[in-house]
Amino acid sequence: MRRKKKNLRDLPPNAFSRRDFLRGAGMAVSTGLLASPEAATAAPEHSPDVLGPAAVPITLQINGKSHHLKVEPRVTLLDALRNRLDITGAKKVCDRGVCGACTVIMDGHPVYSCNVLAIEAEGHRVETIEALGTERNLHPVMAAFVNHDAQQCGFCTPGFVVACKAFLDKHPNPTREDVERGLGGNLCRCGTYAGVREAVLEAAQTLKGGRANG
Amino acid sequence: MDKCKYDWPAAGERSLIGKRINRIDGPAKSSGGAKYSYDINRPGLLFGKIYRSPYAHAKITAIDTSEAEKLPGVTSVHVVLGVGKETNWVGDEIIALAAESEEIAEDALRKIKVEFEELPFLVLEENLEQAGDHAKAAGAKTAGDPAKAFSDPDVVISEGYYGIAAITHCCLESHGNVAEWTGDKLLTYSSTQNVPGLPSQFGDSLRKQGIDVADKNVETICNYIGGGFGSKFGADEWGIHVAQLAKASGKPVKLMLDRNMEMEAAGARPSAYARVKVAAKKDGTLVAWDSHSWGTGGPSGTGMPPLPYVLQIPNSSTQHSSVSTNTGPARAWRAPDHPQAAVLTMCALEDLAAKLNMDPIDFLSMNADLAAGGRGKIYKEEFQIAAELADWKKNWHPRGDKTAGHIKRGMGVSMHTWGGAGHNSSCNVTIHPDGSVEVTMGSQDLGTGTRTVIAIVAAETFGLPVEAITVNIGDSKYPPDNASGGSTTVGGVSASTRRGSVDALDQLLAVVAPSLGVPADQLVAVGGNIQAKGDASKKITWKDACAKLQVKSIQATGKHPDRTKCKLGDSGVGGVQIADVSVDTETGLVKINKMVAVQDCGLIIDLKTAESQCLGALIMGIGYSLFEEKFMDPITGRMLNNNMEFYKLAGIGDIGELVVHMMTGPGYDERGTVGLGEPPVISPGAAISNAVANAIGVRVPTVPLTPDKVLAALAIK
Repeated sequence: MRRKKKNLRDLPPNAFSRRDFLRGAGMAVSTGLLASPEAATAAPEHSPDVLGPAAVPITLQINGKSHHLKVEPRVTLLDALRNRLDITGAKKVCDRGVCGACTVIMDGHPVYSCNVLAIEAEGHRVETIEALGTERNLHPVMAAFVNHDAQQCGFCTPGFVVACKAFLDKHPNPTREDVERGLGGNLCRCGTYAGVREAVLEAAQTLKGGRANG
Repeated sequence: MDKCKYDWPAAGERSLIGKRINRIDGPAKSSGGAKYSYDINRPGLLFGKIYRSPYAHAKITAIDTSEAEKLPGVTSVHVVLGVGKETNWVGDEIIALAAESEEIAEDALRKIKVEFEELPFLVLEENLEQAGDHAKAAGAKTAGDPAKAFSDPDVVISEGYYGIAAITHCCLESHGNVAEWTGDKLLTYSSTQNVPGLPSQFGDSLRKQGIDVADKNVETICNYIGGGFGSKFGADEWGIHVAQLAKASGKPVKLMLDRNMEMEAAGARPSAYARVKVAAKKDGTLVAWDSHSWGTGGPSGTGMPPLPYVLQIPNSSTQHSSVSTNTGPARAWRAPDHPQAAVLTMCALEDLAAKLNMDPIDFLSMNADLAAGGRGKIYKEEFQIAAELADWKKNWHPRGDKTAGHIKRGMGVSMHTWGGAGHNSSCNVTIHPDGSVEVTMGSQDLGTGTRTVIAIVAAETFGLPVEAITVNIGDSKYPPDNASGGSTTVGGVSASTRRGSVDALDQLLAVVAPSLGVPADQLVAVGGNIQAKGDASKKITWKDACAKLQVKSIQATGKHPDRTKCKLGDSGVGGVQIADVSVDTETGLVKINKMVAVQDCGLIIDLKTAESQCLGALIMGIGYSLFEEKFMDPITGRMLNNNMEFYKLAGIGDIGELVVHMMTGPGYDERGTVGLGEPPVISPGAAISNAVANAIGVRVPTVPLTPDKVLAALAIK
């Protein structure tokens, strides 16, 4: 028996979720980027069905395609993407909802995919970096990252690009202060933030131009 | 010196070198298409995990892996450190295993039973008196007559205690490999700074473990690496384990370190602390230095940083104690020993300048001629430029911001030096009949822009756009370059690429010369054409020229160094940095307002990625100056912040305004290339510490300058 979920708000409060656990533990920086606050406080509609511990079949909607796979309930969305589906743009770095390298977009919201269970993602639209653009057909945020050299080793970059895209969807006219607040949930070790700041502001202009021109 | 055919083009003849050019692998990285070793998934891939010591120092008395071995999906269990052996830090490896999924591998770790006999340990080293026999004398040096110089009644003496904590590299891509055997051949996808060096390391270590594999049968691939910073030169123990697990399991195995192990065992920059006494004449002329320094780099201790740093004070005595601790072993960290030396020296000098009532820039400038290699003149110029960019004259004040309120602003300065000569390098340059060009080299790009530098040098030589060059790196089967460490890569790869490209072009010119009726030595490649020098009417497009090759490609080998006397690079760079900070004296929080970096590095190939190195170094420097420290627990011996939640890196909101000025043009360009990756990360600790002292009027002795330490310093002011 599997739980059918339409969106995050249907999650019962006692369902196991590392995201909620970490939020309770005071993940101040990360929550700014995660699902909307109302998702955390929504009332339950029914008690949870028990899943696992054995692998269960699920269907994930990733980048517009359905993927059928069997995973144990403990498997994160990130590990399902990387280890089962060979979708490797999202990176495993901190594995505890701090660094943002695994950021994907779920139903329009950026989430840390290391903090979402694969079974939780069922029934949701998941977009990874691979959906936004390709090496030969760069998304404006990607192009701005290249122009401003907002990448060195590049390991944080896909997560940063996804977070920037989601940020600009909600804040099309950001100030530098907005950028510093809105992207505080992504960490870089090489020190590319100066380029990222410029890239986000340029991408905002490009995207606005695109919208204005239809 | 005579003009050499490989010399860099003169300033007026460069179309690409020195311009701001986008990194050529930028689109692959920003689109998520770049495949790192961590991203490699092979058919039948297994996952490796490591059972690690929970104790800082313990003897293994019993191991039982039977339950783990019985777990369905576990393919191989390998005891690394057997009964009777000692573990020497938390995270030391005891057992490696492989399983069909990461989850099964984790379950298997939980089924392993190991018993230990705990042994005494030391994990804290700042208090040297408590280090006992963990502290050993590790060098002393005297120059001139320091005792006499200090006893001169006319000198001003400043004494102080300074330090900088051990930090961890925190590479975002943790260390690790995918290992795959085909018969007696081993292929590794490794996260490494040392593609050409790994096969022999794997071969050596595996043969010692009884696996008979020839070095030539080991191939290492690393197309992209998620950070190294000096910590990824070796095959490492876990690399050997994964190769053994793959051999035993008969399938490819991926073993990337979990984050806690990455933080505890795979990265460590040694700490350094010192009691320093330094003296100058009343006019500011430095005369004497005395220091007793100590620090730890894990079980093997650590050597003395280069003290006094940059300035060779005529009368000096230094002594060092190496403290061995039960912490993860030291690894080279970007400019090994130099950030430590800068903090110990430049903070002491700033305190002396304050005692002399001198502006520290005036003080350092007047002593700059004490720098080795006659670099005083360059430093003076760099101080002047940095001061202008930081608005120093307007913003600097004598020690202690006297304005009202609890936010105090201060300015600090530091200087640094590095070598950066090019390493040995070789490459193949190929011109194909269809006009395409390939440069192939067993190097690696750490994110510094190595691929881009190779492409720019070849494109410049052939008169082509950067996009026309295909760069193949990241495979040990390619002509050997060298490990990327010590800021040696740009000098090596640019010189070998230049030589190979010039020789390949010579061959092409010889082929097209008859058809143009111009001697080959009178032809040049420029703007996508090959044409007569000074006569653009006699020309042929690059594509048409290459078509004359019919079916045979041109291939040339480039080497650095080679037998010619052409000097394409140099060693020795310097830089000056200024920090402008605000300190909240109620909370102890330090905020960066602005950082200025002025840096020389000879001839710059790509100004954009060069500036990125400096910007990144400033940001990394802000991180280790304000936030980063391995917190070791003296009770349990564990690293308390072995994760990225409590081991703080700088975030995008922590960096303030960053200004980078590269010294270029006459006096710099003709030196050829010199490495840049490390030098700009040396000064931030000292510059920021000095800025905080300038703001609040008292020295916070050790870096990082966390709020607790700032408040403690204010309390005893």
